[in-house]
Amino acid sequence: MNPVPARPLVAMRDVAVAFGPFQALRGVSLDVEAGQVLCFVGASGSGKTTLLRTVNQLVPVDRGAIYLDGELQGRRRVGDRLHALGEGEIARQRMNTGMVFQRFNLFAHMTALQNVTEGPVQVQRRRPAEARAEALDLLARVGLADKAGNYPAQLSGGQQQRVAIARALAMKPKLMLFDEPTSALDPERVGEVLAVMKRLARSGMTMMVVTHELGFAREVADRVVYMDAGAIVESGSPAEVLGAPREARTRAFLSAVIA
Amino acid sequence: MTTGAPVPLAAGFGDLSELRTARRAHGGRWLAAALILAVLALLVRAFARGQIEWDYVGRFLTVPVILDGIVATVVMAVCAMALGIVLGVAVAIMRLTPNPVLRAVAAGYTWLFRGTPVILQLLLWFNLALVFPVIGIPGLWSGRAVDLMTPFFAALLGLGINQGAYTSEVVRAGLLSVDQGQYEAAQTIGMGRMTALRRIILPQAMRVIIPPLGNEFIGMVKTTSLASVIQYPEVLHNAENIYYANSRVIELLIVAGIWYLAVVSVLTPLQMLLERRFARGVAGGRR
Ligand SMILES: Nc1ncnc2c1ncn2[C@@H]1O[C@H](COP(=O)(O)OP(=O)(O)OP(=O)(O)O)[C@@H](O)[C@H]1O
Ligand SMILES: [Mg+2]
Repeated sequence: MNPVPARPLVAMRDVAVAFGPFQALRGVSLDVEAGQVLCFVGASGSGKTTLLRTVNQLVPVDRGAIYLDGELQGRRRVGDRLHALGEGEIARQRMNTGMVFQRFNLFAHMTALQNVTEGPVQVQRRRPAEARAEALDLLARVGLADKAGNYPAQLSGGQQQRVAIARALAMKPKLMLFDEPTSALDPERVGEVLAVMKRLARSGMTMMVVTHELGFAREVADRVVYMDAGAIVESGSPAEVLGAPREARTRAFLSAVIA
Repeated sequence: MTTGAPVPLAAGFGDLSELRTARRAHGGRWLAAALILAVLALLVRAFARGQIEWDYVGRFLTVPVILDGIVATVVMAVCAMALGIVLGVAVAIMRLTPNPVLRAVAAGYTWLFRGTPVILQLLLWFNLALVFPVIGIPGLWSGRAVDLMTPFFAALLGLGINQGAYTSEVVRAGLLSVDQGQYEAAQTIGMGRMTALRRIILPQAMRVIIPPLGNEFIGMVKTTSLASVIQYPEVLHNAENIYYANSRVIELLIVAGIWYLAVVSVLTPLQMLLERRFARGVAGGRR
């Protein structure tokens, strides 16, 4: 590796997305350094989910570019033209990111352990015994060593979300995306998921987290990004954005959330 | 709650603890059962005294021609259903792709083969030689259609392709019943469309697909009897051939009926086993 990391892990430049006539993202530019944790806050419909989903290409971009670890996502430059990548190439690029959904989306017909080994064995073609040992280790790290044989329907929401985190980590991603990972949980289950995420952040994982948990953002985030109407309004350290916001819109949002 | 002496009821509630609960009277049920039994007894008596020689039924139940026939019926039902499932899954997947050409081809297939009687399709396949005397792959291989379109092959194509059109709709409904989030989660761990379908979506769709598919299979066992029009030697065809010779029409029809019932009776528990297998992970389902 380079002794001086010259480039950010994620670089978004002027990314725009429209759903029909509706502009969900209006030219977003953003850098994420390796090892950083970014938290995204903003009102419902402001484009946080859309932004996250452009990074792993669940939503294709209409304009602009996203680089992950220096590699242009979704397209290839040939001479002075860009060509869309084929499905296999996109699938390969997606393996660099792990994603955790608001609604867990665990594979319902597989046990917790099978959920975690599915990607390594079926996609990365790793040896099943090896993948299994690693999966058990990951499940232990999220505190679920004893639930490996349970189906998702036999787990609480918080447990399901921790399995989902283990499933994403099993692919050894460079970047983890979290889309409101705790907002479908009972209040008493939120803490256990946040604790796992905090440990992950401390271990040096690069993370982009959409969250309404401002306490988590204050404690863990290197940078907080406030979004409104498909654009970044302001970004900075948690103390700056959450403690002393410059923009009136940020202040209005924060006072509404905290009230 | 505290344990210990039971809390006394408030005044105004009678103490029921000493009373027994009487069983509900089921007068209606008994009456219905008696009526049904009476009707059944009359029916049995009618058949026993009717112009049916029951010992013929017993004798022809296991003659080689009938046994060959039921084997041919089961073989055709299984092969045609297998072809139908393969085609049905492929067409269902085609209908859900973003590719408009594939979607149109798939919709056209379903329209054509659901829209015409299966007996007509059987006759068309069987008589294909009238249209294409020689069939094959140009330059590689070819053969005379009359030799190729045996009753077995014509019945397999006719029944299987027709079944595919129905099965595709059953499979499509199953695929649509799986939450979109499952597909997205598969994508995020780097799966392509086909891997996601095979590993994640189809196994979960099976829970929805199997009950109607079991229905279709049972239908297929009986629909094979239509292949008698193109000389396929299934059980009804063979039973007919016997009664053309000995005029024991009703007896041989009963023989065929008994065999159809027997095959279908075996299929039903098999379906239950499959359903249980694919209920894994569903709340209330078996592990
Ligand atoms: N697939 C889609 N088709 C059409 N419109 C969409 C689609 N996905 C998102 N949108 C719209 O884009 C806008 C931004 O949506 P997005 O989900 O990114 O917001 P969000 O900031 O994540 O909101 P929330 O906090 O409610 O999750 C919304 O107005 C939404 O209705
Ligand atoms: Mg959202």
